Amino acid sequence: MKDKILLAHGSGGKQAHELVEKSFLKAFANPFLAKLDDSAVFDLSGRLAFTTDSYVVSPIFFPGGDIGKLAVCGTVNDLAMSGAKPLYLSLSFIIEEGLPQGELNEIVDSAQKAAQEAGVKIVTGDTKVVHQGSADKLFINTAGVGIIPEGVDISGGNARPGDKVILSGAIGDHGIAVLSQREGLSFSTQLKSDCAPLDSLVAEMLKASPNIHCLRDPTRGGLATSLNELAKQSKVSIRIEEEKLPVREEVLAACEMLGFDPLYVANEGKLVAIVPAEGADKVLKAMRGNHYGKGAAIIGEVGAEHPGRVVMKTCLGTSRIIDMLVGDLLPRIC
Amino acid sequence: MKFITEFRRSELAEGLISQIHRQSKTSVKFMEFCGGHTVTIFRYGIRQVLPSTIEMVSGPGCPICVTANADLDKAITLAQIPDVIITTFGDMLKVPGSHSSLQKVKADGADVRIVYSTMDALKIAERNPTKSVVFLGIGFETTAPTIAASILQAEKKISNYYVLSLHKLCPPVLRAILDSGEVKLDGLICPGHVSAIIGSHPWEFIARDYGIPCVVSGFEPLDILQGVDMLVAQIENGESKVEIAYRRGVRPEGNQQALKLMEQVFEPCPAQWRGIGEVLNSGLKLREEYQHFDAELAFDIDPGPTYEPKGCVCGDILRGVKTPIDCRLFGKLCTPGHPVGPCMVSSEGSCSAHYLYGGGFEG
Repeated sequence: MKDKILLAHGSGGKQAHELVEKSFLKAFANPFLAKLDDSAVFDLSGRLAFTTDSYVVSPIFFPGGDIGKLAVCGTVNDLAMSGAKPLYLSLSFIIEEGLPQGELNEIVDSAQKAAQEAGVKIVTGDTKVVHQGSADKLFINTAGVGIIPEGVDISGGNARPGDKVILSGAIGDHGIAVLSQREGLSFSTQLKSDCAPLDSLVAEMLKASPNIHCLRDPTRGGLATSLNELAKQSKVSIRIEEEKLPVREEVLAACEMLGFDPLYVANEGKLVAIVPAEGADKVLKAMRGNHYGKGAAIIGEVGAEHPGRVVMKTCLGTSRIIDMLVGDLLPRIC
Repeated sequence: MKFITEFRRSELAEGLISQIHRQSKTSVKFMEFCGGHTVTIFRYGIRQVLPSTIEMVSGPGCPICVTANADLDKAITLAQIPDVIITTFGDMLKVPGSHSSLQKVKADGADVRIVYSTMDALKIAERNPTKSVVFLGIGFETTAPTIAASILQAEKKISNYYVLSLHKLCPPVLRAILDSGEVKLDGLICPGHVSAIIGSHPWEFIARDYGIPCVVSGFEPLDILQGVDMLVAQIENGESKVEIAYRRGVRPEGNQQALKLMEQVFEPCPAQWRGIGEVLNSGLKLREEYQHFDAELAFDIDPGPTYEPKGCVCGDILRGVKTPIDCRLFGKLCTPGHPVGPCMVSSEGSCSAHYLYGGGFEG
């Protein structure tokens, strides 16, 4: 019989220690964690960015990633979106009893790989095991800290009329890749989640021009929701052009089939940047030079009229309002 | 050939739009029957680019919207019976019935599961032999064949699978709307997916008996513009016939295999339509030999009296008599987050399309 995670693994006793040593210490190997103290202790100076997030994706493995990679990338990206260099992360695992040990190891390894790519260390963590049905296989909660370089001031409230809106690449890959694996919805697609750490992309953008006004990663709720948040926070309007939006044909096709709009589908390795017009080309060039920004494009600009409103120029030359996502994405009936 | 981006090309759209402007002399009112068409029309602002001679009205082609409250109540009542698992397409979840919604009874413990195909409902039935699995058969001719197929499949091996057949047929309701004389139509954009099953022949009576030009159209902006362009051409030439602007999806004779399945399992019956009332032969019920799959016969469902939400004009909107903007609840008490009527719930409902895509907004 294959090894499975049991309630005893979360008891704090011998088996729990074994799990920590076998699965976590080995993979995340670093001196902070190895001390096994109640908290990780480190020196930091400068302006700190601090974030937290929880990951409950289903299924936990999907094309292009898994919940471990997603947890690390998502946390790294939240830090990067404030311009911070991500440094230290915490990872807490809430495991449903019965999860195969092999699957947990795979997830931990892939979390570590993502952490390595992003140059962050997982310095503290926790494990709880709950009864079957009390969680769905595995949930991960994270926190992360990073340092914001001097001269960088990025906030959702900083967009100004005349600024350009830049998107780092094609939208909708993650949401559709995950959906394609859901029970009862399996459709075959070559599509992979775009799940990736964006800290290096942000660092290169800031090198090209430290004067970036806003950064946001359009995760749940998609690009439409991020743009609405930015327009409301900055009390400006945002106008984008449909024909400039990068979307893969596979994503468009899946969206048509399911009745979704790619603007509302989740991404995990994309960012939208709002930058002053004069620096836009430099930032765009820097983005295109990074692996995760190859498909970057200027998709629109910021205006002063109708604060809080996002409008899209369609391929027919008409305009329509892009609202926030309401409720959950549900497939249509006919 | 790319089937999506090719049908969204702006240079082709420009050509069609200017051709429509050049051709259209007579003032006309066209109805797009299908909710999918309504969504495209709003999403791409098609009303904004048409000449002032052309008025577009939305029709009743949204299966959830036209489901009568009494029928919704049946589904919600079924969900509350112990050991019943309701399987449904996702759109149904939020639709309010007289007293509750599937979403609400689910939160109270009812077992309601979203499926993406009837075959998944069968799988659930197989895995839960001690429970009864009911599929909510809501939809037009588009979904009826797959539900018929699931019944034939279940016939071989599954005894705990039932269907609540609330299917509706499109041609009979169009006849009812035209006969009522409430809306005077000059042209009809016929539904694309429904026609993929039934073909274009079933629309002939509209062109022949009512003298109304018909064009079966697809769902991309170029499809709709082409449909409008062909309708305008018929009007200006004094013709009324049925044409297909969706050749990649629709054949005049339809999908014979799907029709055969439907015919084998279902027979026409009267059906209740929201806002329209009972329409003869516009519903589908299980034929006698398949009646053991009929949820209405298998369970004792008594939802009690039905109530219509006060002030909601979904019924009038579905007949093309009113638009969402005529409703005093629209955008105030009734929004996609807090829907009062079904046309605000369904992704293909007129009210939702008006609300989400800022109907009439000229940015």
